[in-house]
Formats: sequence, structure tokens, C-alpha cells
Amino acid sequence: MTDQELKDNVIKYRKLFPLLSQDIAYLDNAATTQKPVAVLDAMKAYYEEDNANPFRGVYDLSERATERYEEARAKTAAFINASTPEEIVFVRNATEALNLLAYSWCEDNISEGDEIVVSVMEHHSDFLPWKYMAEKKNAKLVKLEPDETGAVTDEALDKCLSDKTKLVAITQVSNVLGRVNDIKHIAEKVHAAGALISVDGAQSVPHMKVDVRDMDADFLSFSGHKMYGPMGIGALYAKKKHLEKLRPFMYGGEMIATVHWDRVTYAEIPHKFEAGTVNVGGAVGLSAAIDFINEVGWDIMEKQEEKLTLKAVNGIKEINGIRLIGSDRPEDHKGIVTFMVDDVHPHDVADIMGRAGVCVRAGHHCAQPLMDHLGVKSTCRASFAFYNTEEEVDKFLTELSKVRGLMGYGF
Amino acid sequence: MDFKTFYNEVVTDHNMHPLHKHAIENPDFEMEGVNPSCGDEITLQLKVKDGVITEGGFVGDGCAISQASADIMIDMVIGKKTEEALHLADLFIRMIKSEASPEEIDELQEAGALADISHMPARVKCAVLGWHTLDEMIGKKD
Ligand SMILES: Cc1ncc(COP(=O)(O)O)c(C=O)c1O
Repeated sequence: MTDQELKDNVIKYRKLFPLLSQDIAYLDNAATTQKPVAVLDAMKAYYEEDNANPFRGVYDLSERATERYEEARAKTAAFINASTPEEIVFVRNATEALNLLAYSWCEDNISEGDEIVVSVMEHHSDFLPWKYMAEKKNAKLVKLEPDETGAVTDEALDKCLSDKTKLVAITQVSNVLGRVNDIKHIAEKVHAAGALISVDGAQSVPHMKVDVRDMDADFLSFSGHKMYGPMGIGALYAKKKHLEKLRPFMYGGEMIATVHWDRVTYAEIPHKFEAGTVNVGGAVGLSAAIDFINEVGWDIMEKQEEKLTLKAVNGIKEINGIRLIGSDRPEDHKGIVTFMVDDVHPHDVADIMGRAGVCVRAGHHCAQPLMDHLGVKSTCRASFAFYNTEEEVDKFLTELSKVRGLMGYGF
Repeated sequence: MDFKTFYNEVVTDHNMHPLHKHAIENPDFEMEGVNPSCGDEITLQLKVKDGVITEGGFVGDGCAISQASADIMIDMVIGKKTEEALHLADLFIRMIKSEASPEEIDELQEAGALADISHMPARVKCAVLGWHTLDEMIGKKD
């Protein structure tokens, strides 16, 4: 693909996002992405044509709703190369997936003295559930620390693994450092130590081919809204053999086989984990988002995101008074560039840039243990999606270079 | 809104060269204020003699708005009776809610420079952090 072809493709697909017609540079894609019209249309069509409570009715409409939902499950399974659709449990978001897993799995698999390894770069959603369950079970939470570039070295991992390790929770892409962890390699080591690996895919699944079988992940959690899908739908992938042994997380309608006053049997997987009326509209939207990603293709998406990241990282290095967080090599940032402006608080930076029409994030990015580890309180972050343009990165750099001056500091 | 009216000279000046951003010795009052959503934090300290604020200082970390606002506040309340300081806190908080009259904003002198923040919901908490903390600290203890 030539550079011009890439540009043309980006322009072509960008046009399919209604919100992006606004005159802003939206660079907070790690928080949530915008939605293409195909996703919005699919959801509208579902509610206009097929909506009923799935699984409950025997009439045709309810069956259609069930079909739409199960099609979405199959599509999601195929997208991450799961062995079967049953390995996908629909949830609201990555946070719910991680809570489901931590609560249900630790309940039966963690006892006093066991160890759960959690990396210090985890999002609060992949830290607090494990911390809570470890405390509840008198188990130990072991801190896995990446090096200053965000890489998890073999030494660091080996130090954390022991015969007491039961599970390792780690993100595939850090939402602050942007570094990609080699899950396949880490999983091999974790399995060799006799433990399981839970992967937070919230920032990886939207931006790269994730193959759960190739990397041999036991569990993978992700959110639809960060991958061009709607808010309110996400997934927990679990290997079938684990899912079959996992106890339910929420109890209620639809997750049962039979219920009597003194005797209850639960539904088959994955329904056992989907209590109550499910989010068919959201699943349909996620399914359309996956179709959309497949249509654009990883080649275009990854090339464009790499190009934008390269430009942003190199540009930031040229501006006085800006410090990059994490690796200073552009290729170590999967579309996520976090930085600090000397003397200027990140909230002021984000506010000033926001006034100029550049949306960047400021704060601890729900990763306070990582902030502590890095010795900072908060930072600014720009995060790209393939629909962002080089012009937007230019605008970002131009506005960023003005910030210190506007706050009264020399350049 | 125009950048100038918001991050104006009063704000950038107090942020860059705060007059009172330091701990004071043996404070009579001390209280910590935080904005959990954005992480702004200040610890406010005052010395009060015969109902008059004689000394004040703060330490903290946060955005320019929160730090400048706290600095301006301390500058204003030193030498004032605690009731007067509470009255100013009330005026300031009402100004930020767009409920203060032009005369009342005048009364706030330098702190009036933050009036435009009332149009910025995301920054309101930063501007009132110091004043809220002051209000809680000396309003409580009578
Ligand atoms: C790495 C990572 N994990 C988990 C989450 C939580 O995602 P959600 O808020 O959609 O549950 C996020 C998003 O903020 C994230 O970046």
C-alpha cells in the first residue's frame, strides 16, 4: 500500500463516522472510540425490526432476537479466534468481565497463602477486583513491575512466579505506556509455573489482531466501546474447560436450567454467566463494529496508527519542556502517547488544548499504582485511532508547543 | 470562551509566583482539601488571633486554577475577621455558581478574576477547592 493509498483509505473510512465531521481533533480513543454509521444503523435496525426478549419467547420475533444475539457471539469468538462461541460471555465492559472472573474464579481457586501476580501497570479495573479477592482469601498480591520503558522482562516475571502462583493478571497493551506485552511468551512462562493467565485486552483488541489460541490466554477481557462499538457491551473470553468449572457471578433469570425451592440447576455455559435480560442491541452493535474492523482491515488500521504515533512521538521530542512517559521509541507505543509538560499541570494542558479543539486526556488514567511507580501524580495522554489524520497530529503538536508560553513560562 | 479571560494574568501570576504556597509555623487551623476526580490537593493552614486571621499558607499540588485560587484567597483573608472570611467564601462560591451580583463580584477584588470559571463546569471544582476547605475549616469550629 502506498502512502497515498493509505491516506485515501483513511479519508474514505473516516467519512463513515458522523461525529468526526465536527471541527475537533479527537485524540482520546483509548477512553472510547467514535462509532461508524454501520454500527448505529445495525442497532437501529435491530430495534426497529427484530427486538424482543431473546430466549424467552417461542414466537418468531423472539427467535430472531436470539439469533441476532448468538450471531454476535459467534462473530466475537471468531474475531479473537476462540475455539467455540460458548467461550464468549457478554458483559457490559472489560471492568465487568474482570470482576466476573476475579469473583467467581478466586472463590473456588484461591486459598490462604496463594499468590496472584498483578502488574503495576494495570488499569484499576484489573487491579481492584484481584486485590479485593486476595484480601478476602488471605492470599498475596504480588506486584509485577515493568522496566522504565514499560517492558516486562523475563527476570521481573521470574521473580514473581513461584509454586504458590495461581494466576497472573496482565494487560496486553498498557493504557498509559502504550507498550505491547508479549502475551504468548508470558503465557508460556506462566503455564510452566502451573498458573493461569488473565489478559486485559481493552487496549489491544481494538488495535491489533488478538488470537487467544495462538497466545494461549486462559482469559481475555475487552470492551466494545473502545473498538468502534457501542457502550454497554463487552466480553469475557475463557477457555471452555475453565468456563465449565466457573461458578456463576450473578444470579437470576435466564442463567438457570431449573429452579425449585430447595434445588437449582444452572444453564449451560455461557448463559450461566448472563443473568437477566441481555443487551442484544449492544451485541448487534459490537458485531457490526467487528464487521467494520474486518472491512477496513488491520493493515490500514495498524499502518495509520503507527504513522500517527511516529509523528507524535518525534514531534513531542522536538518541543522544549515536554517529557514523554515510557519508552522514547515510537514503535513501543501502540497508538498511545503519554507526556508531561514542565511546570504546567496536566489538567491545565488538557483544558488549554481542549479550547483549541484538541481532545486529550489528563489525569491518572485509572492507573494510580502506575503513577506511583513512575513517581508522577497525573499525566496527559493522546491516543489515536486509524481515523485520525496527520493534520490532527500537526494541530496537536502546534497547540502543545504553545502551552508553556500561554501559562507564562518561557519556551 | 477566550483563553485570556480564563487563564488570565492574575491566575498565571499567582500560579507561577504564589505568595502563600508554604507551610506556616504552629497553625491554629489546618485542613486538607482534595478533588478526587482530578487529583488537586491542598492543605490549608491559618493562624487566628482574637478572631482575626493573622497568617496563612498552603501546600499542595494541582492545576493552575486550584493553586492560584487558593493563593488569592489566602492573600485576601489575612488581616480579616473569620466571619468576614466566611462571608467572602460564600460570595466566591456564589460567584462561581453565577449567583453573585456585579457589586458582590467587586467585593471579591482579585478573586473576581476567576468569575468566568462559572461557565466551565469541568473546572468549577478546581476554583472552589480552597474556599470550600476554608469554609469547612473555620465554619465548623466556633
Ligand atoms: C487497559 C484497560 N483496562 C480496562 C479498562 C476498563 O474499560 P471499561 O471502562 O470499558 O470497563 C480500560 C479503559 O478505560 C483500559 O484502558
